[in-house]
Amino acid sequence: MFNASSIIVGLEIGTSKVCAVVGELGADGALNIVGLGQSRSRGVRKGEIADAPAAEEDVRHAIVEAEQMADAEIRSVYLGVTGAHLRGFNNRGVHPVVSTDREISEDDVQDVIKNAKAINLPAQNHVIHAIRQHFLVDGQDGITNPVGMLGSRIEVDVHVVHGNLNRLQNAIRTVKGLQLEVDDIVFNGLASSLALLTNEQKELGSLVIDIGGGTTNYVVYANGIIKHTGVLAVGGDHVSNDLAYGLKVPLSRAEQLKLEHGANFLDEAAKGQTITLSSDLGLPLKTVNLGHLRRIMALRLEEIFQLVGQDLEQAGALDYLRAGVFLCGGGARIPQIAQLAEQVLQMPVSLGKTNSISGLKSALDQPEFATAIGLVKFGSFHQRKRAAKSFMADGIKSTLSQLFRRG
Amino acid sequence: MTTNLQNDAGAETPIKRISIKVFGVGGAGINVLELMLKEGLPGVGFVAVNTDPQSLAASSASDKVQLETQLLRGLGTGGDPDLGRALAEEQLPRLKSLCEGVDVIFILAGLGGGAGTGISPVLARVAKEAGALVLGFVTTPFACEGARRQRLAQHGLAELKSAADGVISLPNQKVFKMIDENTSVLETFKITHDFLAAGVRGVWRLLLRQGLIDIHFADLAALLRDRHGQSCFAVAEAMGPTRSREVMDKLLAHPMLDGGQMLGEAEAVLVSLIGGPDLTMAEVNRVMEQVNRQCEHAQVIMGAAIDESFNERLAVTLIASCKGVEAAATGETGAAGSGEEFVTGLLPRSGQSRRSSRFAAPAPELPPDQRQQTLARQGRGGSRPLKGASALRQGQLPLELVSKGRFDKSEPTIHKGEDLDVPTYIRRGVALN
Repeated sequence: MFNASSIIVGLEIGTSKVCAVVGELGADGALNIVGLGQSRSRGVRKGEIADAPAAEEDVRHAIVEAEQMADAEIRSVYLGVTGAHLRGFNNRGVHPVVSTDREISEDDVQDVIKNAKAINLPAQNHVIHAIRQHFLVDGQDGITNPVGMLGSRIEVDVHVVHGNLNRLQNAIRTVKGLQLEVDDIVFNGLASSLALLTNEQKELGSLVIDIGGGTTNYVVYANGIIKHTGVLAVGGDHVSNDLAYGLKVPLSRAEQLKLEHGANFLDEAAKGQTITLSSDLGLPLKTVNLGHLRRIMALRLEEIFQLVGQDLEQAGALDYLRAGVFLCGGGARIPQIAQLAEQVLQMPVSLGKTNSISGLKSALDQPEFATAIGLVKFGSFHQRKRAAKSFMADGIKSTLSQLFRRG
Repeated sequence: MTTNLQNDAGAETPIKRISIKVFGVGGAGINVLELMLKEGLPGVGFVAVNTDPQSLAASSASDKVQLETQLLRGLGTGGDPDLGRALAEEQLPRLKSLCEGVDVIFILAGLGGGAGTGISPVLARVAKEAGALVLGFVTTPFACEGARRQRLAQHGLAELKSAADGVISLPNQKVFKMIDENTSVLETFKITHDFLAAGVRGVWRLLLRQGLIDIHFADLAALLRDRHGQSCFAVAEAMGPTRSREVMDKLLAHPMLDGGQMLGEAEAVLVSLIGGPDLTMAEVNRVMEQVNRQCEHAQVIMGAAIDESFNERLAVTLIASCKGVEAAATGETGAAGSGEEFVTGLLPRSGQSRRSSRFAAPAPELPPDQRQQTLARQGRGGSRPLKGASALRQGQLPLELVSKGRFDKSEPTIHKGEDLDVPTYIRRGVALN
């Protein structure tokens, strides 16, 4: 039905769920989501695979479901990665313009980018992304395309996201074990931001916080470029764990309590109120204090935002966020979380909408799918680039063969 | 990076005219000497010293010193260092005359036997008295050679350390990491000998070769003089376009450096790079960046030299000298904590060695049990975190007051020393009531 290149699959092996989204790249270049598969994740802790066989099985379930829904065969995926080992930093490359007329040529631009991407990292680290930011020509900032300008010195910043090679390999191996190819690996936070933000929001400056099960990923866009990325290995799992510990209930029950009664604010009504937990037979087992539940949860979530805020402050990225903060991931479902984030970060916070993509709209506009949709979007950018390249190659090949035929 | 501690002294002794002599002492020492003679070191005099006439006869060194009395009947010392020492003391003038006017003296010996263990400290003392910088390159026996030899070797090492300016000891045991099951005994010994030869060659090169960035004789002297601690060295080579990175990887994986651990503990580090004419500054920079990162607390001296024969190759010789265990343990805490050593490049010193005097007394006689203790400590010195000696840190007991539930087994999320896996309300001390 589809040929392989028009199908783009994003696979996120998350801590709480595995999610595969199938996108179709139309002839006009428009991206359409045609399938979705998900499965509970059991083999992942804090965003990294801890039990490979379990994770593999979960991935298989999700992929099969997605294949059925999209009515297509999945051969390769764009894989989302996260984990505490990922780090983001900005690196600057410098290149002197040597031509006599001081005009910056395409080669100069390629050279300076190459310089910026030459990063001295320990051997076990792998660069996942090296994303170009703005150029500087003789110290003049904010230049997006310096070709043709005059200058003696050209600089460029790249934002580098890197991680431990072995730990990245774990996820890739799991996928390859299912006879699937990995087109590319993408940092989850970056994927989420691609799904949520419009160009205007990227230009104005926004922060995307993806609160997942095991990790919280965040990305700062400013002036249309990625300014800062980060991973905090704290997520929804921690909330459940805190509840289980604080309320002295089993973890599964804590998870359930979080979903049913979780909220951030300790309103007066909740104070002193109790919830009765009942066993499978409907008999009352235990009562827990709703006030305690809310307080434990609020403290943890508040801390997450505080840590993100501190990191951004250190990176000097807080002042750029004129479009505000966008939340996604399963954590964004917690009632009133936006208000809490607003309080901590002191700026407008809203839930992100994955509106920059068409197809299966109502089913997909959930915060927890943002990453997988973003992966598809990332894939579509890639595919378009590749398509453009292969078109050129094909063109040359066909002209050559035509020449030979004539001869 | 380069610390010219004694610039004026360096100017007085033009580096290219340093006279160097290599003394091979005892059977093992002469074997290493032969190895170096075969490869040839221009501008270096070789002296073989032994009690055993047979091994001396086989040696092709230019000078030979046979320490012999009627008592031995040409049979060597029979593994008795005291005998070796006595013989060396007897021939003191002879040894002294060989050391006259030499700037750097290398002493190669295998410790644990009679000749090497007994003679080398005496030789070191004589050489130092004659005004030379004395560097010892010695091996200590394999563990399987028995406790007695080990003890003798450690004793000899301590004596040599107190007499020489710098001693680099290669515990043969460490070579085990580099050989496999099928390596023959001969090859194994060859490896250790090669090691010593490479060490001497490295220092020689750095002293005599025309450098891009010179290491002055004075720098080396300042680095090693009076540091009676443990020194270790490593040599690594790599080829190809990524050689600067490869060479660092090899160096850090070097068994002598305990996987780079030694560098972290090092007090002073000397790095010498030798490359072909194609050696680039960027490569030098890359290597040095890594070295500096590895040893933040150390005084780093670097040199780079060009050797025509090193086409496309890059060799790095690294000598690290650590704080002496004894010095750290017995030196006054005030001196150790003042940070003064980084300014002056001198160690906080134990009472037994005097800075100003160039005469070194033989190691003081300690009661046997105390001596054994000291030696045992020294033997372990390499793997012990020495930093902890000056700043005592209280260890944390593995008591888990708060269980981390489902994160028990996973890698903890530590943020600024806080374990984020522990519930927030507990860390903040919020009471639930």
